[in-house]
Amino acid sequence: MSTQVASQFDSLVRRSYRGYVVGALGPLTALAGVIWALTQPYRLTLFHPIGHGFWSLLAEGPLLVVLVGVFFHLVLAPGLREDLGQAELEEHA
Amino acid sequence: MTPHAENVHWLFATGFLVLGLCQLSEALVGTAVWEQRRWRAYLWPSTAFGMGLFMWPVMVFFTSSTLHMLAHGAWAQVMMLAGAAQLGLVRGKLKSPRWELTMALAFFVSGAAFLIHEQNGWFFARSAFLHHALGWTLIAGSVFPLMRAFRPGSAPLRGGYAMTMIAVAVLLYCDRDLAPIFGHLSQFAQ
Repeated sequence: MSTQVASQFDSLVRRSYRGYVVGALGPLTALAGVIWALTQPYRLTLFHPIGHGFWSLLAEGPLLVVLVGVFFHLVLAPGLREDLGQAELEEHA
Repeated sequence: MTPHAENVHWLFATGFLVLGLCQLSEALVGTAVWEQRRWRAYLWPSTAFGMGLFMWPVMVFFTSSTLHMLAHGAWAQVMMLAGAAQLGLVRGKLKSPRWELTMALAFFVSGAAFLIHEQNGWFFARSAFLHHALGWTLIAGSVFPLMRAFRPGSAPLRGGYAMTMIAVAVLLYCDRDLAPIFGHLSQFAQ
């Protein structure tokens, strides 16, 4: 890919509002989990594991929300933004 | 080793959150871009199918009455049916967009099962309130997949579909084994 095309591609990925929204979904989801954890810290049984059963340690609501956000941000969003940028570049060509 | 109901609900809420985020992304970027990488196309149908599979142990081990068992069994079947139909559509084995009706069926049956198996009123306890709210959310939300069967390319319909799943996830995360709802908690719930 030439420098010109590469920079055009980068700017398209940056400019696209859809790209922004896709990029924001993961962090917003993780933020929701962090806010839940801060408002109800006792839900994070990992911090006080004694007396809790297997399921209470496995299914910690705030942690699950954060993990979904992180998964989306690291696994899904980068490829989606790249493919979206490519598709928009082809539309403009 | 038996999990509390709230733990099971949170695990399923996580599945619905993944489904909702996938659907929302697909609505934003369009199906063509979403399906550009094959593994991504299979992600949410297989999640839906897997959630249907995991509903079976919930039905067998963690339900307290026949009514609960029947409700969870019905969910397991319709979720697996909808997931399998979506997998067939992605794979190309199924062609007709009318297969989307299986998702509408899954939403409607799930909503009806929530309403039927909750025998207490809205303000009995938080779990009762959430069962009613979840039931009506799913029944109202079944309009989106129903309409998508006839207008398959519609992004707003997919967006509505996604928001329904995210709303279901939020409601499931709100579930507690025993908690008041807006200050109400029946003495019979304690």
